[in-house]
Amino acid sequence: MAFAPGTDIVSQIIYAASLMLFVVFMLYGQRIQFYVMIREVENSLRKLKVIKEKGRKTAIETIKEIGKPETDPTSKVDRYLEYFTISPQSMDPAGIVYKLDHILDVRDNRLKDEVKLIAPASDEVQVFNLENTLEAAMALNFIYRIVRHFYIQGKKTLNMYIILQLQMILPLVMKEAEAYANALEAFAFGQPIGDGVGPLIAARLMQGYETRRVPKDCVVATLPFEGRTALVLKARGPGGNVGKPGDAVKELIEENKGKIAMVIMIDAGLKLEGEKVGEVAEGIGAAIGGPGVDAFKIEEVVVKYKIPLNAIIVREDIGDAVSPMRKEIADSVDNVLERMRNVVNERTKEGDKIIIVGVGNTIGVGQ
Amino acid sequence: MSKNSSDISNKISRYLQIIVFAVLALSFIALIFGVEAYLMGNGTVAIYLILIGALSMGLAVYVLYQSRKRVEKLKTEDTKVMTTIECRKCKTKDLREFERGDFVFKELGKCDKCEENKIITAIYKEIKNKEKPFTI
Repeated sequence: MAFAPGTDIVSQIIYAASLMLFVVFMLYGQRIQFYVMIREVENSLRKLKVIKEKGRKTAIETIKEIGKPETDPTSKVDRYLEYFTISPQSMDPAGIVYKLDHILDVRDNRLKDEVKLIAPASDEVQVFNLENTLEAAMALNFIYRIVRHFYIQGKKTLNMYIILQLQMILPLVMKEAEAYANALEAFAFGQPIGDGVGPLIAARLMQGYETRRVPKDCVVATLPFEGRTALVLKARGPGGNVGKPGDAVKELIEENKGKIAMVIMIDAGLKLEGEKVGEVAEGIGAAIGGPGVDAFKIEEVVVKYKIPLNAIIVREDIGDAVSPMRKEIADSVDNVLERMRNVVNERTKEGDKIIIVGVGNTIGVGQ
Repeated sequence: MSKNSSDISNKISRYLQIIVFAVLALSFIALIFGVEAYLMGNGTVAIYLILIGALSMGLAVYVLYQSRKRVEKLKTEDTKVMTTIECRKCKTKDLREFERGDFVFKELGKCDKCEENKIITAIYKEIKNKEKPFTI
């Protein structure tokens, strides 16, 4: 039997093979595509596992080095990495902010107590840094578990759409995981991170002035700024700490009976693709990330006393925000100070009192 | 410090390496036999042997290249973190690699020139491979 007009056996075989290929691709094309996608996800998952294991190893080694535990901390670290937090019920959203605030406080205290138990020889700054290190390892562990879950689910059910969704978001997930891996090293060594640009600017202003502690884990200095009195606020460093600027701003405003001409918040802001790292931008509103509790408290108090709320941000992406501070970000400090001077001179009068808040993680930045 | 960030056991599997090198050796032998068969005038055998040799050699090299690429992908970026130390009085500036315990605005020992305390003014990382700019 001849498949094609050619007479020699080689042409016949080639023709038959191409027909077979056509049929195979028609019937199993999607399946082949599925296996290609599975392989891509598998490679990323393997990389995630390496990153996660490296994070766990770094955390354990840092605890052994700094905390000098008497027993091997590995099992305790593994238990720590599996901790979870259940967010408050939101069926009746009234009062949810304070419920969330309470849960976050309990979580924070619990994690710090655990760190003190795992690493008994560590001082206060090291406890903060170790907590941050373990939180980064926890985040990596969480990302790995979620990706693995969807990968196995997709493979078990042979559901192309689960794998397709996973494959579509994987570049972003991998970027975030790599950022946490870098953050972990920064936290372990106590290096300033990109998110610390706010506290860095506040600390620069505070230099040479006396500071006092305000709740929770924040410091404030009173100093002259362009003929005004500035209350400069930041989280207490150099340990990895974001403090609770919401409570601190509320207390400062209440202390001054609402006679504050302006609140300026300086923070790291997420940049869009195509924008330069370290670019400075001005705006209005509460420049603070996180779960939203601090932003809520600040907005509440400024609304109560009708105080204008200004924001200055330094643009950076998520990777820059949690990894050791880039030179471009460190160099943006003078630019931010210049913008701040302009805002203060244009929007307030001499003799006024203003609050300047350096928002972010103050790891590696003193005061 | 952060230099050992890519020191993870992500080398190419030893078994894979043995298989790849065995295939390479066999394909090389097949090529030699192919040439020999051609010289002896056995054209059909020569073509088959050379074809098999070249194909398996190409396949072995491709597998090796792919596994190297995978290992490269698994490596994470190394970063060098620098500490800038300044003397506020005489404005001398030193740059050294970050050491554990450094933090911005930490006071260090006395300045060699003016006896004033030196201070850490910046800690930042240097990026080796900067992102490709998109000019649009």
